[in-house]
This record gives sequence, C-alpha cells and structure tokens, in this order.
Amino acid sequence: MGKDKKETSAIRGKKKSQFRNIMRRFMKNQTAVFGLVVIVVLLIFALFPAQLSNPDYTIQDLANRYAGPSAQHFLGTDELGRDMYTRIVWGCRTSLAIGLASVGIACAIGVTLGTLAGYFGGILDNVLMRIVDVLMAVPNLLLGISIVAALGNSISVLIFAIALGNIAAFARVTRSSVITVRDTEYVEAARATGASDGRIMWKYVLPNALAPIIVQVTTSLAGNILNISGLSFVGLGVPAPTPEWGSMLSNARSIMRDYPLQIVFPGIAIMLTVFAFNLFGDGLRDALDPRLKN
Amino acid sequence: MSKILEIKDLTIHYVTDDEVVKAVNDISITLEEGESLGLVGETGAGKTTTAMGILGLVPNPPGKIIGGEVIYKGKNLLKLSEAEMRKIRGHEISMIFQDPMTALNPVLTVGDQIMEVIRLHQKVSKAEAMKRAMDMMEMVGIEGGRCNEYPHQFSGGMKQRIVIAIALACNPSLLIADEPTTALDVTIQAQVLDLIDNLKKKFNTSLLLITHDLGVVAEVCDKVAIVYAGRIVEYGNLESIYNNPKHPYTNGLFGSIPDFSKKAHRLNPIRGLMPDPSNLPEGCAFAERCPNATDECRKRQPPVVEVEPGHSVRCLMFEKEGR
Repeated sequence: MGKDKKETSAIRGKKKSQFRNIMRRFMKNQTAVFGLVVIVVLLIFALFPAQLSNPDYTIQDLANRYAGPSAQHFLGTDELGRDMYTRIVWGCRTSLAIGLASVGIACAIGVTLGTLAGYFGGILDNVLMRIVDVLMAVPNLLLGISIVAALGNSISVLIFAIALGNIAAFARVTRSSVITVRDTEYVEAARATGASDGRIMWKYVLPNALAPIIVQVTTSLAGNILNISGLSFVGLGVPAPTPEWGSMLSNARSIMRDYPLQIVFPGIAIMLTVFAFNLFGDGLRDALDPRLKN
Repeated sequence: MSKILEIKDLTIHYVTDDEVVKAVNDISITLEEGESLGLVGETGAGKTTTAMGILGLVPNPPGKIIGGEVIYKGKNLLKLSEAEMRKIRGHEISMIFQDPMTALNPVLTVGDQIMEVIRLHQKVSKAEAMKRAMDMMEMVGIEGGRCNEYPHQFSGGMKQRIVIAIALACNPSLLIADEPTTALDVTIQAQVLDLIDNLKKKFNTSLLLITHDLGVVAEVCDKVAIVYAGRIVEYGNLESIYNNPKHPYTNGLFGSIPDFSKKAHRLNPIRGLMPDPSNLPEGCAFAERCPNATDECRKRQPPVVEVEPGHSVRCLMFEKEGR
C-alpha cells in the first residue's frame, strides 16, 4: 500500500496532501489556532500532571483550608487544605478523558444511526428515529443518574451514561444533514457509476454532511464536561478523591460567598476548555471545506 | 452491427397516495452498436425517467416499473439483482448528467472522482488508476496536471468535460447523456457536443441522447424518437424525421424553431400545455393541442403506424396509410 501511494503521488506530481491543505487553511485562522494551542496545553497537563504539579493530589493541609493564592499554593487550597493548582491539573485529565471519550462514543453511535436513517429513509428511518426520540424524552441528567445508580459509580459507567444522553443529538443532526446531501445530483451520479450504498455514504454523503456534526462535537464536549459536574452535584460523579473540575465546583458551591476563588479557578478551567474546543471546531469545519480555500 | 439495447413497452409510473403519475408509457426503442439515438421532448415528457429506468435508478418509492423489458446485450436489466446492476452501471452503461455544477462531489478532487469509477470496476492499483484518470482528462481536453484540483476550481464547461471523463473512464458500451448541454452556454455547447461525438466514434460507444433541442439532435444523432407525455409519437432515422415529419407534434416542434431566412415578429409556439401526466386523456394525449384533431382522436389511443421503412408515427391521421 505504501509503495502504491508513493507511485500514485509520483504520477500526480506535486500533489499537496489533503492533510497539508487542511492544515494550511487551518493555520490561517488565528482564533482557531489559539483554540488549538489551548487544547495542546490542556493535553500536556492531562498527560503529565505529576511532572507539572504535585504527584500526590490528596495531600491535606488542614491548618491551611480555604487559603488564598500564595507562593506555596499559588491557586490557594480547598476545603481540606489540598492544593488547588494540583487538583486542577489532575482534574484536567479526568475531565478531558471523560469529555472526549463520551463525545467519541456518542458521535460514533449517533452519526452511524443518523446516517443510516437519513440515507435509507423509510421504515429504517422511522424505527431508528423513534428509538432516538425515546432517548431524547429522558432528560440527560436523569438518564445519567439512573444509569450510574444502577451500574455503580465508576469512570467507565460515567462515560457510558453521559454518552448515552448525547447519542440522540448526534443522530438528529446527522440525519437532517444527510437528508439534504442524499438528494443532490452528485449522489445520484455516484449511483449511476455503480457505487454501492456503503461507498456512497462514506465517500459522498458523510464528507458533505460533516459541518454540522463537527459543531455538534464541540458543543457536546462542552456540555459533557458540565454534565459531569451535574452528576457530581448529586454525588454520582467521579468518586472521591479523584479530582475533577465539576465536582470541585459543586464542592465549593456551599462556601462560594465566603471564598469565591474556590469556584473561580475550576470555573475558568472549564470555560477555557469549552471555549478552546469551540474555536477549534469552528476552524476545523472551515478548513475541511475545500470551497473555502485561500 | 448488433443490437445493444432494446427497450420493449417500458412503462414507469410514480405512485403516490393521491395520484398515479404516468411518466413513461409503452416506450419502445432499439439501439445498435455505435449508433446514437436522440430522445426529444419537452420538459416532463418522461425522458429522464426512461433513462433512469434503463439504469434501474428510478427512485422507489414512488417510482414503479409497471411493465416492459430493457434488454441490454441479451439480458433483461429489469430482472437483474441490485449487485449485478451495480456492475453494469458506470462500467457498461454510464450516464452524463444535466447540470455539471451539481453532478460532481465538491469535497473530492476531480482526479479522485475519475479514479473512483475506474477502481470500482477494474482491479487496478491506485497508481495505475490515477494514470488512467489523467489520460481521460487529457482526452476530454483538460491538462492531466489539474487532477488535484476541486470541482469548484473549474468552469461549467470544464466540469461537464470531467463528468464526461467519469462517464467514459471504463469505456462503456452505452452512454446515456441527459441534456448534457442544457446548462452550458452556446459556445461551450458546441464544444461539448463535438467532444461527445468524437469520443463516441473513437470508442464505438452507443449513445442515447436526451434533449429538447432539435439542433443538437441533428448534429449528433442517427435516429430520433420524439416523446410526448411519456409516449413515443414519432420514431425513425434522422433524415426521414427531419425531411418528412409526420406527427403534428413533430411539425409543431419544427415550426417553433425561429427561421432566420424569414423576418418574423413572433415565434410560432405550439398552443397549450402538455396534459397532466397524472390525468392523461383516454385518447391521443396531443389531441387538445393538435390542429388536426378530430373527435375520434379524443376517444381512442392511436396505434403505431409505419409510414415508411424505419419511420413510425403514433397518429390516427396515418392509420390508413400504414402497412
């Protein structure tokens, strides 16, 4: 395959790879690049929390509870005297992992369902969309609570619970986008060249239906990180003492009048993440569209 | 020459809850190897539906093939499975679409799109397919080096050339061109028609040309079928139809072409509109607009009458002349 690729590019001449084209277009978009930089920084935090902060995020300093920023704890300490900076850095790992994993799962299932429903229509569409309606009818938080309550409180269950609540949105967005692409002439033309349904969906329909899905990914990611905090709020979130931004927020909720910084720092972390992913997603959507070249 | 395509009494209806649209009624045509047939008719006459019927791409629902046979090289295409049809589409029978602006996938490079159809039907390496794709581009008059560009970087005429390259990439035996020049401006129309004509001769491809432009037909076709309200009203070779049009509708069509040798203030259109295909009259569908219509025309469907060898008309006026 590698050899074949080389030969192909030898024939095509100075073909810029698709990836490089997309990168070039993406790099021109400054806000999107800013988003990417923030995401990279967050990923570095998530990958190397021990090196970038204290390796142990459970050390308590009960004499120093609710401390403000100082040289020793430069974002202060929480209600148990634990270093806020350490917990935010370690929390980055939990929040990003749960957010990304849940969006990934929801996206994979939702996009598959939506594409099949939108492309084939008819009975399949009806059956799949009624299932999606059922999912939609249950409030996300309630769904999450019942699943966590039934299956136990662990990170993988949490990811599953949050992903389940997102499938409906992905399926709906994909379906409507696929329906508009399905009836275009180039899909008909592809069918007239003898392409199979699977190939048409993969090469013609999905790439052209991608834009709203990308937007959905970024908004869902933001929503999911907040959802985790929602579950933490009712005590079904990430089990203690694992640090997680949402649970840090809800822990600080009761004392926010006296120690506002307790919610400011995790709040900023969540906001920055959500913001960065939104910028990144917008930029990516534009970069993926070859018509918007230059 | 051998028969490559024979359509017998093809009938296609669109069935919805409140009406049945009779788009194609008893259409019969034959096409020899290397021959071109022009399917002429106004908007909504059922030309495109016929083409879709040949390829087995009539959207179902609501489209239903009610009856008839489409015999391609001895096989009845209507009886083939979907998988067998896929092998024929694009490989043995290809189609050129009306609007090149929308017939290409905007997110794939044109080279990749030509390569797609080659790799779909022939087991060749990517490199080989790319080479063939670039050859095809050269053949339709576009530099092969532009294979890495996207459809939006080409003009309309160029896009139609790419569409033609895709259609001819696997060297099909039959090419269906559905109004290939309608969306193009006049100067480009001639180029594209020449291109289709040359390539057709080069590869000995048969052509089914769907159009509403009699000028285009005169330039390219050997045989002509005039379609009205889903029926072929006149069918014959080019000369006999152009020199000796029989059916009042054909006469009307020729009559509405402006004549540059005479000064005319107004064009001479055929009065009235085509009947609603969901509510076709019992008799001849053209009777309402026909200058020669009699009461009998409205009562019964005229039979097909052969007025001279290879030239047939569906009109009561010639019933007695026929053999």
